[in-house]
Amino acid sequence: MIVFEKPKALTDAPLHYCPGCTHGIIHRLVAEAIDELGIEGITVGVAPVGCSVMAYDYFACDMVEAAHGRAPAVATGLKRCMPENIIFTYQGDGDLASIGMAETVHAATRNENITIIFVNNAIYGMTGGQMAPTSLPGQVTQTSPYGRDVTVAGYPIRVSEMLSTLEGPEYIERVAVNNVKNVRNAKKAILKAFKNQVEGKGFSLIEVVSTCPTNWGMTPSQALEWVDTNMIPYYPLGVYKDKTAAAAEAAKEE
Amino acid sequence: MLTQILIAGFGGQGVLFAGKFIAYKGLFEGKEVSWLPSYGPEMRGGTANCSVILSDDPVGSPIVSNPDVLMAMNLPSLDKYEDACVPGAKLFIDSTLIERKVVRGDVDAYYIPATKLANDAGIPTLANMIMVGKMIRESGCITFDDMEEALKKVVSAKRANLLEVNLKALKTGYDYEG
Amino acid sequence: MAEKVLMKGNEAIAEAAIKAGCRHYFGYPITPQTEIAAYMAKRMPKIGGTFLQAESEVAAINMVYGVAGAGFRVMTSSSSPGVSLKQEGISYIAGADLPALIVNVQRGGPGLGGIQPSQSDYFQATKGGGHGDYHLIVLAPASVQEMADLTGKAFDLADKYRCPTMLLADGTLGQMMEPVEIPDVEVTPVEKPWAVNGTKGKRAHNIVNSLYLKPDQLEKTNFERFEKYKQIEENEVMYESFMMEDAEYCVVAFGIAARISKNAVVAARKNGIKVGLIRPITLWPFPTEVIAKAAEQVKGFVSVELSMGQMIEDVRLASGCKKPVLLCNRAGGMIMSPEEVLAKIDELAAL
Repeated sequence: MIVFEKPKALTDAPLHYCPGCTHGIIHRLVAEAIDELGIEGITVGVAPVGCSVMAYDYFACDMVEAAHGRAPAVATGLKRCMPENIIFTYQGDGDLASIGMAETVHAATRNENITIIFVNNAIYGMTGGQMAPTSLPGQVTQTSPYGRDVTVAGYPIRVSEMLSTLEGPEYIERVAVNNVKNVRNAKKAILKAFKNQVEGKGFSLIEVVSTCPTNWGMTPSQALEWVDTNMIPYYPLGVYKDKTAAAAEAAKEE
Repeated sequence: MLTQILIAGFGGQGVLFAGKFIAYKGLFEGKEVSWLPSYGPEMRGGTANCSVILSDDPVGSPIVSNPDVLMAMNLPSLDKYEDACVPGAKLFIDSTLIERKVVRGDVDAYYIPATKLANDAGIPTLANMIMVGKMIRESGCITFDDMEEALKKVVSAKRANLLEVNLKALKTGYDYEG
Repeated sequence: MAEKVLMKGNEAIAEAAIKAGCRHYFGYPITPQTEIAAYMAKRMPKIGGTFLQAESEVAAINMVYGVAGAGFRVMTSSSSPGVSLKQEGISYIAGADLPALIVNVQRGGPGLGGIQPSQSDYFQATKGGGHGDYHLIVLAPASVQEMADLTGKAFDLADKYRCPTMLLADGTLGQMMEPVEIPDVEVTPVEKPWAVNGTKGKRAHNIVNSLYLKPDQLEKTNFERFEKYKQIEENEVMYESFMMEDAEYCVVAFGIAARISKNAVVAARKNGIKVGLIRPITLWPFPTEVIAKAAEQVKGFVSVELSMGQMIEDVRLASGCKKPVLLCNRAGGMIMSPEEVLAKIDELAAL
């Protein structure tokens, strides 16, 4: 009896992430979804610039390394020329919500039939802990040493809420991976985001509230707790947009 | 033989269309041709012009700075280009819209009330082709044969009546004595 | 044989690209090249291709990067300010060794500049343009026919050497109409075993990438890429030589400036000055040897450019500064007349 197995869609390359970082969990959830749908052979992933820049070494499917923020544009190109393939991007908050916001919004509004895994840990990890577009008000980072001052740096962006105002996207959900229950929900959401693409439904984005123990200056367990006490209150979990479910609901009411 | 033609007027007077027709006609007569429009905001109501070159040899610069033939569809165009014409150039003036005469004595000027003729003939948008008709007659840079062949290249195939009215305009200009 | 039709240079590029098997176009409107996008918007949906108006030039070039990575012929087009925006993506395409075509129908600069023709992106096009050590193969058409012919050539070269190519035109060539013939060509599919189109469970995963965190590895890729560039320099130089057999003076010009210069050369010959023209068709690789040889023959050069003098540096380098090189230039969207070139030839002859 096999009780634990590495998903096939992950390579054997050892992950370079810091101890306690939740990227490993999210990588695994993505890989499990690919395995369960049996789509590894037709999947092309797009890695971002940020901590997950080397995700191309970890996923066993074909991979492209994109310029900072441009993953949704690269994915658009891939999907347009290979509509039968499954295309996903894996991006952090700086990549997706700062330098790549235009690409994100426009891929969403076109309802580009791609899957985006958006890892929000409210900080720039790879460059050593600078303020992100999603850093919380008052959050101390290397570039907000006195805490994020919203009168200077503006407010954090709630990406899922914002994108849900668009007509285009099919599915948008925010999940977290800081406890078993949340991980299970995240798994379901990610699987659905890939399934939507297989079924041709369109743009699906899963925002995964994540941690950065190293740059938050916490132990891994403190970081998981901080997600509950600080992140989730600002970034509530849940489904923000589900066009198919909404249409079914509307049909029922009629 | 090399003919450098400059057609100038307001945007909307069909300056570019007239040039394209001349270029196609030249092409069908076996000449080397080029057509170069002014581009940019002029297209929307300002002044527009286009350079057309008909030549026996490959065309070098497609820009006509010193025309052998000037077709002026409005006063600013005549003001701007009269001095640039080569000595002996032929100037075609829409005299409905341009009241003044050509000042230079070393060029041939032809005054055609093209806009009025077009209105009278019930083809008010085709003063440009009336001018072309006259220009063909006086310059001889292209012949008046097989006009339809070239016209078919520039008018929409979906609107066959356009062929007819353009021919009418060309003929009106060609036959105009003045 | 296809019928000769009058076409704008921009339209000729678009049609030739389609004939060359390009089925994916991404762009953003900017004068004076928008006809390319408009043509693609009309044609691509009818032939099962992709036309997508991207949200920005930056997005457009990254869409190109994606399609190129998947192994399909793909292009984008823009004009100077838009091409500046694309430089990031072009550097990545070069760094990942992907074939793609970028068209620059130049206008005056710097900054927003103007919309009239210019050649002032010569440095940007021929010296890399974006960050890092790389080259594009840069082709400079001088007629509407060449706009078409060199588009097909650019796709072939891109596939042959796995590198981005650029068609460097200008507003005049983009906007002018000339008779053009765009024959159907047999497109031989090129094997692209490196493409990311799904492993299908039959091979290890492919990675399209320009990131090498270990400097020794990054150095190695750079040296290997420059070995490839050496091959290109040896095999792919294109130029036109006009009245050079007995020339005592040499005009060097490309694109629209070369056409104007041809008129001047003919006029100067009539005046008894033995002058010829060398027209680089590949700006990179530059016809260095050809200019070097001419430097043995002629008493001097005139570099004719629609810029403040960019190609002149390559002419000086190639000629080893053995002979004087004068500059005949206009900038900002102004175009010199053949008379201005003629005056410069006279000036050179009087030295």
